[in-house]
Amino acid sequence: MSTMVEALAGRTIRSRTCEVTGLRVEWHAETLIKVNAVIAVVNFLVGIVAAFGIVMTRWQAVHLLPADLFYRFLTLHGLNMLIFFIIFFEMAVLYFAGPVLLSCRLPAPKWGWLAFALMVTGMLMVNATVLAGKADVLFTSYPPLQAHPLYYLGIILFAVGALIVTALFFATLVVARRERTYEGSIPLVTFGALTAAIIAVITLLHGAAIYIPTFLWSLGLMHVDPQVYRMVWWGLGHSSQQINVAAQVSLWYLLAGLTVGGVVLNEKISRMAFVLYILFISMASAHHLLVDPGMGPAWKIWNTSYAMYLAVLASMVHGFTVPAGIEMGQRLRGYTRGTFEWLKKAPWSDPGFSGMALSVVIFGFLGGVTGVTIGTEQINIIAHNTLRVPGHFHTTVVGGTALVFMAVTYYVLPLIFRKRVAFWGVAKIQPYLFAIGIVILSMSMIFQGIFGVPRRHWDVSFANAPFAVEYHPAVQLFQATMGIGGLLAIAGGLAYILIAVVTVFFGRPFRLADAHDSSGMPQGVWRLPRQTHEGAQVAAAHRTGTPGTLVLVFIFFACFVLYYFANWKILSFLWKVG
Amino acid sequence: MSHSEAHSAIVAPTGTWWRPAGKQEKMWVSIAFVWCLVLFAMMPFWHLKGGQNPSGVRARVSNVDFMARVEKFVADYKVGEDNGVPVVAPPPGSDIYLQGQMWRWYPVLKLKQGVQYTLHLSSLDINHGFNLYPVNLNFQVIPGYDYGLKIVPNKAGDFRIVCNEFCGINHHMMVGKVIVE
Repeated sequence: MSTMVEALAGRTIRSRTCEVTGLRVEWHAETLIKVNAVIAVVNFLVGIVAAFGIVMTRWQAVHLLPADLFYRFLTLHGLNMLIFFIIFFEMAVLYFAGPVLLSCRLPAPKWGWLAFALMVTGMLMVNATVLAGKADVLFTSYPPLQAHPLYYLGIILFAVGALIVTALFFATLVVARRERTYEGSIPLVTFGALTAAIIAVITLLHGAAIYIPTFLWSLGLMHVDPQVYRMVWWGLGHSSQQINVAAQVSLWYLLAGLTVGGVVLNEKISRMAFVLYILFISMASAHHLLVDPGMGPAWKIWNTSYAMYLAVLASMVHGFTVPAGIEMGQRLRGYTRGTFEWLKKAPWSDPGFSGMALSVVIFGFLGGVTGVTIGTEQINIIAHNTLRVPGHFHTTVVGGTALVFMAVTYYVLPLIFRKRVAFWGVAKIQPYLFAIGIVILSMSMIFQGIFGVPRRHWDVSFANAPFAVEYHPAVQLFQATMGIGGLLAIAGGLAYILIAVVTVFFGRPFRLADAHDSSGMPQGVWRLPRQTHEGAQVAAAHRTGTPGTLVLVFIFFACFVLYYFANWKILSFLWKVG
Repeated sequence: MSHSEAHSAIVAPTGTWWRPAGKQEKMWVSIAFVWCLVLFAMMPFWHLKGGQNPSGVRARVSNVDFMARVEKFVADYKVGEDNGVPVVAPPPGSDIYLQGQMWRWYPVLKLKQGVQYTLHLSSLDINHGFNLYPVNLNFQVIPGYDYGLKIVPNKAGDFRIVCNEFCGINHHMMVGKVIVE
């Protein structure tokens, strides 16, 4: 490993050259990746503890927590998972996709540290307020339900910090271009991260537009309309999930390259798909307002469909190009027999690969299909505020985003922290354990939701209610499977935390020179597949195309069509309403 | 960049990478696009031909006004009490009212099968969620807004209204009742 200290235009730049990828890694960027990733994992642990309390309470046979603690844990879980864990991790992704992938210095590193301090302060304020019982308002904090002013202020500080990091990312792109640290266009992964950063700006502006008035309202200084709040808040709440989608798809492309030398089928198509996200995805606020009294049908239809499902089109494009890129990469490596040799011979024991592949499947088959379906104006009547909603988003944001974050961690540990992954045997099965748990959990929630079981509810046995409600007996079965799925996912999550923490603080250092001992090294690290191919075989690969992926996407398409129209059928049996 | 070059997504592409997509990729993008149009068209189509739409008659309303309408409605058509909550049997085709508040639905509604009513939903305090059990119809109930939905109960029976928007510590006790004869 070579460490360089150089003076550039009066600045001292400390950096090293990565011996696996040849990329230049600057010290501030690398350290900010590390600290943001570590804090992300800490928040993930808080979220998991809360998850245990929640799932063990909703499983009525256990019913662990009292009502007040249940809602407090639910608030804590949503904030620490959906906001703190994911956004701290995404900050690390931005520091990676900008300075590292472009071999560039991080401009104005002091601002990076200021942003980090702001975000940590905001995170601590929010968590302290919630734990003190001053903000039992759940993740959405719909007014007139009110939290302590410090809660809103904490979120504002956190958001300002995140906004600074996106600004640093944009600045990095400018500096890298001016200092010519790369040739040609920015890599697709960086382009995807740029997409995420732009959506983050849109999202955070919505956040400012709603949290600042709400903060003032909590001080008694102004009025906030409950319906307007819901609309603007979801401009933050849903759009922030689209930051995750963009970041997650970028990581799919990244891991496809690192693990099996997956190629970009067509730069134009993949980049246009990312642009569609930027143009249309913020309209998804409407998904939460389809059965609200404040908006009419034209507004609902236009917005819930992201204009005309153009962001869905984008995801369907990535859902093809990512596996197809993997297939072509594998074919270029010689796995050319039959339709599926490339898939069978994929490195399924590399958690970087398996986590990414499972993320693609869960996000597409379960997350995408259920999301588009329940986000349909009329079908939402049978889904709104039932357990189908959290069932859906646990397959997108957990089975999709969190899982690929875990997968990429197995490459970040050796490449950035320069440690061998601890408990390598456990690491190999960790993505499977987590994925199976999340799938069982989510499907159990979706099935309960189809029976009408509400989300965010302490006691669906309605023991003390004035009128008895008794769900279909199948609901009890799905509660048990939800509990078991939840416990499996929690075990998978804890295994991830254990591996990450032990590796970072006590792990064996990793050097490529010791590559003969491959323990704790994902195969893409000790033998990075070729990242570029030339010559006649490439032309041949383009002629063959990707027949295996074609079969897979048509299976996906059939499931999508079937599930979608089955829901219209169910809807048609209900009371007439309009 | 030509067809004889391929690279991963961490490589900065050089030369002209804006070039036509492959045949299979084009086919998939076209199928996906047509499917997106179908998804889009289904919603207006259901407004024309389908029986379940969340449009309703929507208006702003003050808490005081809505409460007054509810009280008049109860006074006009009250036929009894159930668990301390008035039971109201409105005439077919009329405007009917349901008020959400921490932590009850008020009043109990007694309706006729196969008849249309305009159900007005609102809240006196914070957000609530209207969930008709076991039919599984769901609507958001927001203070300051009157959500008037034309409903036609298609089956006789004893129904419940479960609150499915978090509304504080006794949220789980907020259950109302609808009887259809």
